[in-house]
Amino acid sequence: MSYEVVIGLEVHLQLKTRTKAFCGCSTEFGAEPNSQVCPVCLGFPGSLPVFNLTALDYGIKVALALNCTIQEHTKFDRKNYFYPDLPKAYQISQYDLPLSKNGHIDVELKQGPKRVGITRVHMEEDAGKLIHQDDYSCVDYNRTGIPLLEIVSEPDIRSPEEAYQYLVTLKSIIAYLDVSDCDMEKGSLRCDANISLRPAGQIELGTKTELKNLNSFKAVKDALNFEIMRQTQALDGGVKILQETRLWDEKVQQTISMRTKEGAQDYRYFPEPDLPEIKITQEKINEVKSSLPELPHEKMLRFTKEYGLSVYDAGILVYSKADASYAEECMKAYFSKDKKAVANWFNGALLSEANARNSSLSGLKVAAANLIELIGYVDREEISNLTAKVVLTEMIDTKKTAGTIIKEKSLIQISDTGALDKIARQIIEENPKSVADFKTGKNNALMFLVGQVMRKSGGKANPKVVQEVLKGRLTNA
Amino acid sequence: MSIDKKTVEYMAHLARINLGDKELEKLSTQLDSILDFIDTLKKVSIEGVPPTSHALPINNVLREDSLAASLPAEKTFSNAPSRKNNFFTVPKVIE
Repeated sequence: MSYEVVIGLEVHLQLKTRTKAFCGCSTEFGAEPNSQVCPVCLGFPGSLPVFNLTALDYGIKVALALNCTIQEHTKFDRKNYFYPDLPKAYQISQYDLPLSKNGHIDVELKQGPKRVGITRVHMEEDAGKLIHQDDYSCVDYNRTGIPLLEIVSEPDIRSPEEAYQYLVTLKSIIAYLDVSDCDMEKGSLRCDANISLRPAGQIELGTKTELKNLNSFKAVKDALNFEIMRQTQALDGGVKILQETRLWDEKVQQTISMRTKEGAQDYRYFPEPDLPEIKITQEKINEVKSSLPELPHEKMLRFTKEYGLSVYDAGILVYSKADASYAEECMKAYFSKDKKAVANWFNGALLSEANARNSSLSGLKVAAANLIELIGYVDREEISNLTAKVVLTEMIDTKKTAGTIIKEKSLIQISDTGALDKIARQIIEENPKSVADFKTGKNNALMFLVGQVMRKSGGKANPKVVQEVLKGRLTNA
Repeated sequence: MSIDKKTVEYMAHLARINLGDKELEKLSTQLDSILDFIDTLKKVSIEGVPPTSHALPINNVLREDSLAASLPAEKTFSNAPSRKNNFFTVPKVIE
């Protein structure tokens, strides 16, 4: 049977405040275990939490960037459960009056843009870290009390690929706001996925499973793909899906049931009496709104309009804020009206250099003027694309300009027909078989001959001119 | 609204409290009368009364994001039933 996949994602985001949500302990990553704790975050009796102003501002920022409605009144609630990572035996979270609701983001997919709803963005505190040993567990409370945002999507996502793109888009937006490290490896961004299947055309939702232990965006995609296969097989075989939490096992590439004990979770939420409610005025909202930077989606649309880029090219350029402003600087410096060449460099040669060096595009430190100088040589057909890539590598390694490198290595392309004709004649004489092949209509033979001329010229021949010269000789001969 | 022994048992489990049979009986009766009282409260007309989530009419008590001293290790662990180096240790529970 054919099924429709229904996915909703829950993202937990650590905010990069200097101090924790409710006390002045540092949030610095990687400190000695339990060195950043105090009576408040350890839940000692008689201690009193006070909320961090910056965490609230960051929360409002994210909520607004995700097009959510900020609630005028918001409050904290206690979510009660016993687990050693939670010293108070409750987590301060938000229940019925979350910071914000009803947002959305626009995700660019191959088949076009898609709007994914955001159910809510609420504030809460992080739990501690457990390190399991053979017969006991070690607890580190440094992470306890770090401010988190929980970002819950609507079940609008229809495939693992969409889930992946949603996360990429969300991460890009949050990185623009500069309110979180968004580092999955350090756990500052975490994701759980809910997934169910329903027969195509059915309105009622199927039974969902919740997937945890997803340590990368790729793991989210892989786990969802596995779960679609597992649920499809179960449903086809008439087996009921159990509503349960399943852990993704990276090694075996499978989700595994967490056999939790009887009964659903009962968190007994109630209002946190230690924290008075928070009122957020329209002035405050306006103030934060006006401080928001241009966000990736707006920037992408502007790039398509101002620089004539395709949605695809612009989409890649705007992913990171620093790279986008570097790209824009280059496009502005570029002499031609058509900026496509610059985008091609960014999404081609520059990107592969960045990947090879594990750097960002702007991290390559090629000044805009220098990059444009290099592109100029290619545009004027003074060097080939291939040579230009070699020059770029050298520019990054030596910090020399394109002009210097090209001069030093005398890389200027030979476009002089007379000079190339000489080499062409020689190559034709040396390769009678290819010449014969060409005459029987084998186009590959021409490319082979072009290659030979290029080689003989030490890569400096202008391949376009070479092709013309060769063609001329072969067809007239 | 009435509360049966089973519900009290369930709540005791959630709160990790061990209750004997006699205590369960006693608490069921007591909780029953508390809930009765809540039922009485429910009869009060609250039309036009704004919902309250906090006992005090104050809001926006916030602090600046500035560092304060954390506890030194000897204080952090002074009441810990068990520790290993700078970790608290607990029986292994995997959920």
